[in-house]
Amino acid sequence: MLAFILRRFLGMIAVLFAVSVLVFIIFVLVPGGDPASRMAGKNPTRENVQNIREKWGFDRPIYIQYVKMMEKAANGLLPGPHGEYDILTSFQNRQDVAAEIKKGIPATFSLCVGAGIIWLFFGTLVGIFSAITAGRFSDRLITTLALIGISMPVFWLGIVLRYFLAEKPNNPPFPDGEYVAFTVSPMQWAYHLILPWFCLSVLFIGFYGRVLRSNMLDTMNEDYVRTARAKGIAPSGVLMKHVLRNSLIPIVTLFGLDFAAVLGGGAILTETVFSLKGVGWYAAQSVGDLDLPPIMGVTLYGAFFIVTFSAIVDFLYAYLDPRVRAV
Amino acid sequence: MAERLLEVKGLKVRFATEDGTVHAVDGVDFELDRGKVLGIVGESGSGKSVTAMTILGLTRDKNTRFEGEAIYKGQNLIELSESDLRNVRGNEIAMIFQDPMTSLNPVYTVGDQIVEAIRTHEGTSKRDAKRRAVELLRQVGIPNAPHRVNDYPHQFSGGMRQRAMIAMALSCNPDVLIADEPTTALDVTIQAQILELLANLRADFDSSVILITHDLGVVAEVADEIIVMYAGRVVERGSKRQIFYDPQHPYTWGLLGSIPRLDRPKPKKLHSIEGTPPSLINLPRGCKFRPRCPHAFEKCQEEPDLQRRVEDPGHLDRCWLSVEEKRRLRDATIAGGAQVVA
Repeated sequence: MLAFILRRFLGMIAVLFAVSVLVFIIFVLVPGGDPASRMAGKNPTRENVQNIREKWGFDRPIYIQYVKMMEKAANGLLPGPHGEYDILTSFQNRQDVAAEIKKGIPATFSLCVGAGIIWLFFGTLVGIFSAITAGRFSDRLITTLALIGISMPVFWLGIVLRYFLAEKPNNPPFPDGEYVAFTVSPMQWAYHLILPWFCLSVLFIGFYGRVLRSNMLDTMNEDYVRTARAKGIAPSGVLMKHVLRNSLIPIVTLFGLDFAAVLGGGAILTETVFSLKGVGWYAAQSVGDLDLPPIMGVTLYGAFFIVTFSAIVDFLYAYLDPRVRAV
Repeated sequence: MAERLLEVKGLKVRFATEDGTVHAVDGVDFELDRGKVLGIVGESGSGKSVTAMTILGLTRDKNTRFEGEAIYKGQNLIELSESDLRNVRGNEIAMIFQDPMTSLNPVYTVGDQIVEAIRTHEGTSKRDAKRRAVELLRQVGIPNAPHRVNDYPHQFSGGMRQRAMIAMALSCNPDVLIADEPTTALDVTIQAQILELLANLRADFDSSVILITHDLGVVAEVADEIIVMYAGRVVERGSKRQIFYDPQHPYTWGLLGSIPRLDRPKPKKLHSIEGTPPSLINLPRGCKFRPRCPHAFEKCQEEPDLQRRVEDPGHLDRCWLSVEEKRRLRDATIAGGAQVVA
């Protein structure tokens, strides 16, 4: 088991390294042209451009530029004082990218953890319910609702929810304000997040419900489920202990990866529609401004979560499915 | 006389499907006494597994229709409520399935699955149940049982898994053990071990066994009585001696003829019964074996009843041929069937 963990950890580092190289290539080398003149603004003087080139190190060899970039990225994450040029800095407003991402984390985490719990819980519930009533009216109704949920674009749903439930002039049931920190007021925190949670969960609930339903229907035909019934176990026991336990294994993978993606700044639409100033919102802003360092920063940050969570999924898999442990 | 445990009378099972009604079991009768082994033999699709699963109510579904009775200790299992039936399943009638590779849940240890069977029917503590699981595994011949009880099914070989299945089936001391093709998925040496194990355990646990197989060689080892099924019906029924030494139905001859034998000259080709079993949706008129039977004549347009046609009591069959004709024709079929058919 220890060897497994160690191997997985080394793999994580290798993947992160590969991602950082790719990010560097895509953002620094592929666009072409001189990044210094891009940064210098309109009608720069020759000295101005040269100045930037030297200070940012764009005149150095590529591998040194890469190392410098990673140093900057790491420096920003480490505490302590930093000079103007030893951190990953926005072209646009010279803000420290890592610090900006850190600022967005509370809002993003609040949104994603809450929504993650909601979609996992209701997705599972929907899946179980439609699997046991498969073919009946309730199953068809839920299937239709799930398809509607999957098909609704988040930006549309978000705006509609916001308009009808938070903005209409007479006494809207939900506040249309910004994110309120949990430490300030837990009640207000949750109250402000209900609509974004709902909006982000809807798609996943529909999707997870469909996946779990088909997993469970497949598992119900397994020989070991027949064995369980032949042992005289009550239907609820057969369902929970034998069918659900095995059907949930693929859901764990899905959840790990989806959750990592939204945590890593993937909830761009939800954050933007509800003006939650999280990491996704920051990414959207930077893309709008063609501000490369923040986009690089968010990409690395997102990659970190996806890699971390896929490792966690692997460990969970080993726990959930004994056949994996042997490998 | 031995205690009668199970009596199946006129059992019919029909499944409604999109293509039509499947007559999976179409009139099966048999009795099982305590301590006896009944062999049910037939090809795939002859209804033998459906018969067994129906006794335990495992075929119950909104698209399934039942007729007839399966009386176990005075109660009709076909009409018993689901919750009453659960007390019978695993506890009084236990079942072993064909494929030990897929019949155990891969995410629980073998011990947990046996403990679950015990605790479903008895208020035993987890500790005692576990101790009994170890003891059962030891009895079915799992080496190092106290250690192996914590293994997962994938850590067991096929033969060991089937032993574990048997241990699980015996865990509540059932009166009847239904073994549905218990050796089909195993290689031949393991087959013999499992059959021997079943035979020994039957004596130890004082259970009766219904042994379902497509292989007459398997029932030859252990069965007291044999029924041969074809297209959902019993076509011949008798003691082991009667079926093997005086088989009356051409289908039984075909089955006997398709066993390779060491005591006869080697045929050029392994004999098989020509044709395929009929569709259970559109059954042929008359005798169901008629389309494949080399000895069919006009009378076979009408379906024969299962009745005694030979002197021996207890030996029943469904064939219009006279006993003398049968005895003349069958020796040729069994000895070197291929030539006769060709």
